[in-house]
Amino acid sequence: MKVILTGNEAVARGAWEAGCHVAAAYPGTPSTEILENLGRFPEVYCEWSPNEKVALEVASGASIAGARALSAMKHVGLNVAADPFFTMSYIGVNGGLVIVSADDPGLSSSQNEQDNRWYALHAKVPMLEPSDSQECLDFTRAAFDISERFDTPVLLRLTTRICHSKSVVETGERIEPPVREYVRNPAKNAMLPAFARQKHCMVEKRLEDLREFGESSPFNSVLLAKGAEIGVIASGVGYQYAREALEYGASFLKIGFSWPLPRRLIREFASKVKALWIVEENDPFLETEIRAMGISCFGKDVLPVVDELTPAIVAQAVLGIKPAPARESEVPPPNRPPLLCPGCPHRGLFFPLSRKKDVIVTGDIGCYGLGSMPPLNVGETTICMGAGFSAAIGFQKAGEKAGRNRKVFGILGDSTFFHSGITGLIDAVVNKSRGVFVIMDNRITAMTGQQENPGSGRTLSGEETVALDIPKICEACGVKSENIHVVDPYDLKAAGEAVDRAWEAEGPSVIVTTRPCALLKDVQKERAGLKCSVDEERCVLCGACLKLGCPAITKRDGRIVIDQAACNGCGLCVQVCPKSAIGRKGEAR
Amino acid sequence: MNSKTINVLLVGVGGQGTILASRVLTEGLLSFGYDVKMSEIHGMAQRGGSVSTHVRFGEKVHSPVISRGEADVVVAFEKMEALRWLPYLSAGGRLIVNNHEIFPMPVILGQAEYPREIEKTLSAAAPGILLVEAAKTAEELGNPKVMNMVLLGAVVRTLRLDCRDWGGTLRACVPLPAAEVNERAFAAGMNLLPG
Repeated sequence: MKVILTGNEAVARGAWEAGCHVAAAYPGTPSTEILENLGRFPEVYCEWSPNEKVALEVASGASIAGARALSAMKHVGLNVAADPFFTMSYIGVNGGLVIVSADDPGLSSSQNEQDNRWYALHAKVPMLEPSDSQECLDFTRAAFDISERFDTPVLLRLTTRICHSKSVVETGERIEPPVREYVRNPAKNAMLPAFARQKHCMVEKRLEDLREFGESSPFNSVLLAKGAEIGVIASGVGYQYAREALEYGASFLKIGFSWPLPRRLIREFASKVKALWIVEENDPFLETEIRAMGISCFGKDVLPVVDELTPAIVAQAVLGIKPAPARESEVPPPNRPPLLCPGCPHRGLFFPLSRKKDVIVTGDIGCYGLGSMPPLNVGETTICMGAGFSAAIGFQKAGEKAGRNRKVFGILGDSTFFHSGITGLIDAVVNKSRGVFVIMDNRITAMTGQQENPGSGRTLSGEETVALDIPKICEACGVKSENIHVVDPYDLKAAGEAVDRAWEAEGPSVIVTTRPCALLKDVQKERAGLKCSVDEERCVLCGACLKLGCPAITKRDGRIVIDQAACNGCGLCVQVCPKSAIGRKGEAR
Repeated sequence: MNSKTINVLLVGVGGQGTILASRVLTEGLLSFGYDVKMSEIHGMAQRGGSVSTHVRFGEKVHSPVISRGEADVVVAFEKMEALRWLPYLSAGGRLIVNNHEIFPMPVILGQAEYPREIEKTLSAAAPGILLVEAAKTAEELGNPKVMNMVLLGAVVRTLRLDCRDWGGTLRACVPLPAAEVNERAFAAGMNLLPG
């Protein structure tokens, strides 16, 4: 059947068709929709794991036990899961094991632009790189077979444009491989040094077998254009851009099986063209290997390493075609940075923090990262998941060494707390940090589009489960109960008092905010009738409400206006108005 | 570049429904037998930021993204976004602009000014610009959210695909209780433009 699917939907479909039994992931743009879609097939056990390391370990265990298993994550997620990733390369598989890494060239929603193709080289596992949704489906299906045939995990490397682009796909039928028999075999599955040493030899041998396999893989294909002097070796979406830009003017070696590289095929192709170009996004991954083979080529000496490519960039680099002069307005329009939503509960804690002197805030990965934007300007660092807490510990210690009278507030969200914040909190308690550790609990993994997490009380399939109690976890980690402040962030006075008390405390203290995300369907339904509005007779245009950074409040033609469609009646503006000029109407349902 | 491929760029502000509009567009194009590719941005940018969706269709489409200066139609769900994405419009391209303003935070804070007389600037740069009252039309229909379908109707007429059957696609893509108002919005959007 012909359908139009995103790359992520096609990967899910491919895994289902391949008879995948178990899949585990932690949400992360641009990978999230893989598990969301795979979870719709009842034949596959799917879970949101607390983090990517757990997810890959769940999939690894399933694979060793004989099931076909998949784990999906964004590029930086594979950093978290790198530990099991490298050793699973040694162990290999029983049921096929496919690891999906969704990279983010252009940083549409990430903290760095790392190119995870190096992970395939580094961990010595085969890698497939689809260039459209059809290939996402086909390559995922094939990845399970390759995994079982060569006793290796397979890395399926996607990028944002592959994950979130739709193209036409011919779907297939599901095969039903049984879960394979499991036989105890510590020499294969328990990587004690003596066993691992032997395994390393096998890994090296496997790499050579895979290289030979890649020479004749249908995923590496040659397209010769008569009389063309230009030859292009390309992978991923870079191939599509090159085809678009050079349609009839070049020969192509399309690399879909991109590690280990087919050296003979490359050498043969290179010998048939006069000018060889390597077109790939971000790092010179193919290029480095091809140059090491002694083949001269053009690549990152001309094409950019930073950001995404486009057909026009490729055309300009390869053919020297200058793009048509673009129509620009003389004055560029103001930026439109992303914002905390109207009614976002994070704002209720950020606001008192923005007023507080002698405060440093270490941030984390999630919507609350947006607190660092004007006008709130709360947040100094964003490193990785969990660092909101652990970096706060070091920041506080350094400040004490320097004699600075500042308090460090480490901030992260509920999902991040379960992901890797708990260990930081344990460190803070055991090593007697004076920092403040804030968990902005909005009951959901919000930034990636509302996925369940260990605090939300539901599994990926929507089944009810235990909702972990964050204040109790903090107490169990050793934080004194009098130093744990649980507040409603829609109550600015309570939030402000919690900030003050935590600032004064000697030992580590915790603030937990407890309002669910304003975008949750239930919350939207409940608050649909609640609206704030301005009494223009009382309003003196002081602008106090604008300092909340709520996108629903604007100053227009000399009036303060609250967008009634956007407002959810959180009431923060009512509380900051010194003239009581803002009122709230309606009731929560 | 492949001259047969038609490029449509939908731009706006996160939360305006560009993604649903482009979904209906791509599903419709697929049902008419075109090869289609569509590319959009998820995640952080969606939180009230500037967003864009690329739709390309024709006999055979390679790239899922449109390069600058290559869009046959740019439809801006917000006026200032038309200005931002203007460089994507091709030489003979058509610009459709929703007569609707959403202030970005730098403007709300008084750190920047919302550009004045955008229509003039746009008309000078892109003759034949179509300024449509999609927000107003949607409000008259009783649901401000269906503004995206009004704009989609305008795009479909501009592409001269208005004689095709979009009803089935619309009903398949839009949640059932809202299907009727979305269909009416779509039809109203087509009628905002001369036939």
